[in-house]
Amino acid sequence: MQRRDFIRYAGLAGAASILIPIGLSGCAVVPAGKQSATAANGTAPLAYGIAKPRPHTNGDGTPRMVVVFLRGAVDGLNVVVPHGDQAYYQARPGIAVARPGMPNGAIDLTGYFGLHPALRPLLPYWDSGQLAFVHASGSPDGSRSHFEAQDYMETGTPGQHSIHDGWMNRLQGFLPRADSPVQALTMGESIPRILSGHQVVANMPTGRDATRPTLIDQPKVSQTFAALYAGNGELSKAYRDGVTARKELLAELSSSEQRMANNGAPLPNGLSIDTARLGRLMRSDPRIRLGFLAVGGWDTHTNQGNGTGQLAGRLAPLATGLSTLAQELGPAFNDTVIVVISEFGRTFRENGNGGTDHGHGNVMWLLGGNIRGGTIYGQWPGLQQAQLNEGRDLAITTDFRAVMSTLAEKHMRIHDNALQQIFPQYTAGLQHVSSILI
Amino acid sequence: MRTWPRSGWTTLLATGLSLCLFQMAYAQALSAQERALHVLNRLAYGPRPGELAAVEKIGVKRYIDDQLHPERISLPDDLQQRLNDLNTYQLTAAQLYRQYGPPSFPPNTVSAEEKNAARQRAGKEITPQSHLARLWLATENPRQLQEVMTEFWFNHFNVFEGKEWDRYWTADYEKNVIRPNALGNFRQLLGAVAHHPAMLYYLDNWLSSGVNTPGAKGRYKGLNENYARELMELHTLGVDGGYSQADVIALARILSGWTIDVQDLKNGNDDASFQFNARRHDAGTKQLLGRTIAPSGQQEGENALDMLARNPATARFIATKLVRYFVSDQADPALVQQLAQRFLATDGDIKAVLRSLFDSPQFWSRSNYQTQFKTPYQYVVSALRASATPVVNGKPVSNVLNQYGMPLYGWLTPEGYKFSQEAWLTPDALLRRINFANSLSNGKSAIARPEGAPAGNDAVAVDPQRLLQTLAPMLSQQDVTTINAAPTNLQVGLILGSPAFMQR
Repeated sequence: MQRRDFIRYAGLAGAASILIPIGLSGCAVVPAGKQSATAANGTAPLAYGIAKPRPHTNGDGTPRMVVVFLRGAVDGLNVVVPHGDQAYYQARPGIAVARPGMPNGAIDLTGYFGLHPALRPLLPYWDSGQLAFVHASGSPDGSRSHFEAQDYMETGTPGQHSIHDGWMNRLQGFLPRADSPVQALTMGESIPRILSGHQVVANMPTGRDATRPTLIDQPKVSQTFAALYAGNGELSKAYRDGVTARKELLAELSSSEQRMANNGAPLPNGLSIDTARLGRLMRSDPRIRLGFLAVGGWDTHTNQGNGTGQLAGRLAPLATGLSTLAQELGPAFNDTVIVVISEFGRTFRENGNGGTDHGHGNVMWLLGGNIRGGTIYGQWPGLQQAQLNEGRDLAITTDFRAVMSTLAEKHMRIHDNALQQIFPQYTAGLQHVSSILI
Repeated sequence: MRTWPRSGWTTLLATGLSLCLFQMAYAQALSAQERALHVLNRLAYGPRPGELAAVEKIGVKRYIDDQLHPERISLPDDLQQRLNDLNTYQLTAAQLYRQYGPPSFPPNTVSAEEKNAARQRAGKEITPQSHLARLWLATENPRQLQEVMTEFWFNHFNVFEGKEWDRYWTADYEKNVIRPNALGNFRQLLGAVAHHPAMLYYLDNWLSSGVNTPGAKGRYKGLNENYARELMELHTLGVDGGYSQADVIALARILSGWTIDVQDLKNGNDDASFQFNARRHDAGTKQLLGRTIAPSGQQEGENALDMLARNPATARFIATKLVRYFVSDQADPALVQQLAQRFLATDGDIKAVLRSLFDSPQFWSRSNYQTQFKTPYQYVVSALRASATPVVNGKPVSNVLNQYGMPLYGWLTPEGYKFSQEAWLTPDALLRRINFANSLSNGKSAIARPEGAPAGNDAVAVDPQRLLQTLAPMLSQQDVTTINAAPTNLQVGLILGSPAFMQR
């Protein structure tokens, strides 16, 4: 638990690099020398993919954002696989995802990077240019502690614990005022750090029971309690906000779940139950601007598997859950950006137990109607020994805050000055990933 | 030029009027019954049935006196017996490590599943017992102030049970470091914390070695500043307590070699849970807070703890936290000053500081009566006490606390939980508390029966009239009228779910 590790990030940005134009106005930064890599030794030239030019799509004009947090540190190198690099296969003899075309091999994306085969449900979004990744990204703090690193990613202040509220809550504070207590919605029992703070946040319990009415949902009961909470105090106000939020959520969900049942469609399973609800709620109530969902089970120290196995078994429902979310958002998908993050990546080399240990750099996923997708963003630091973080992990070349502040500014339309309050002590500078949106 | 809006005058008049009313209320002293409720709310986790009348009878002065001397109050035999029967709760730190410590197997002798099972054993066996012990003591121990201060100091010297090895030692840390010193001397408490493996492990000091010392190898390679920093920032001086990064490094050097003797611990040696390893200690001279610390091995650390415990910044920091906990989220500077002086004058006598606090007019002011929003833990424990719900199964209680965002021993970072209204009052939290309150009403709560056992027909519902008596001065006449007019099966939920019961 090293708090306030000095940020070793600054050094990375200074590395020799050149800009390669991607798409219309976007650029990916590529380390000098790397782009000349040849296919010798089974190493394919580094390629990031090219976004297809397409026009901005319009929805109802209300920008929304969903953050999906993979708690436990997902193995990003097996999510977006550098199958073009021989070093990847040497480091992971038992758990590498096979090359495209092999049984259970990666789905090729760019000639160098490929997608884990369990993520196939997301491929259509890549093909339509609505899915992108930012590789070698993450929090610049060097902590390898799950809880500390999650905390940093949620407060948006890597390396310091003095800030206790979450960056999504601070962002919420800069959105236009809504007449609804459900401006931000988290799926789960408690308010995660990322959404805690001054702004009111609603939560929706997960799973099948979430919409099972509780006692307080009975009008007779809530009316009786209302008599006790009729005053002007903060408690009374909070009570009324709570009842209103819960009523809205339940009314919307029961009607749309009813509709689904009428159409004979089965309720989706597992994660998709929650993502379907979240999608439907956000589609029908544009006042819900922020969504959050955490998914656990990524701490694959043992028997992680390759194209199949434990990690694959986790990725498959996640992919289905995300595509369910995208579908249920309907037309609002055009107004939504879904970001998938995890506290850190895992070690480059497989360990003695067929797994990976706590590492550093990871991959961020971006899904949305106006994501300039079909491209891997970021600067690939390489996988040679000297290029690894502390000689053991994928290095970080894009601070996650670069992506988040770009989304806050260009997608959520947060004023430039406010960004410094959302991500204090972060100056975006060169790392601004400004081309990720159409 | 803007003209002064007419409504502004009205507001001003209204404000003036309400200020007058406020001051009248302020001036009105608490009644004897209110005083009894107040001490039960602040020195204890709220009244159990019959306690309000009992305290009113002996008087709050006597109650406070007794609570400050827990040795005068006996622990019920039945409670002591149940604690004795928690087998992991009776183990020493070394025994816990030996029986549950990280499994090491010769290569290729066991499957990954077996390794995982070995790893999870601690969570299955130790954790539920740790939680039960805390919940039993919080709800039933008549030495309530000791329990309140145990929570306060545990939180002040927070460790996280989910950080690998801390799972073995959290309960031992609370049982043998925090609770016995909770009303004792601050320096002794600080020292006991510094020597316990739960803290040595949690803030990484066990790994820390002086640079280039003979023992600085492998995992013990470098100097680790983590504990040294938190020791000043969170345990003693406070973040503005006047120390620099150079002091952090100096203190880390002073404490280098304060470790856990893992090898000896495996052999079951109880002394090995703390070791001063001279081979990893930086033997140079250090400058700490402007003073020269001459090389003297482990004694350097003891001297540093003396210095920190006696520092006026520490007195101020602890006094502020105590006022926030016992009086108001907005700590009155005069009271803080008074308590800090008492702290310094008595060399950190916690009991003496608390006595000053309980004697202060601020503590008894009506403006600080029934005004603190309970934390989730305070709410849940006080509801269990008021309804006399026995904690037979601790798991549903732990689950509720998880859902409320205040898991027992579950705060990850060293600053501990906040106790303020700002931290805990959310719309959803109120609705959840109301649902929880209702779940206690019919006596069939999963908390009150063994895990997996069905709710029996012999379950006795909580009597709303008795509950009203237990909490009497808390509720306004209007609240009581509303509650009595409601259907009987909702009355207990209404009482425990009322705004008044959310506060203390």
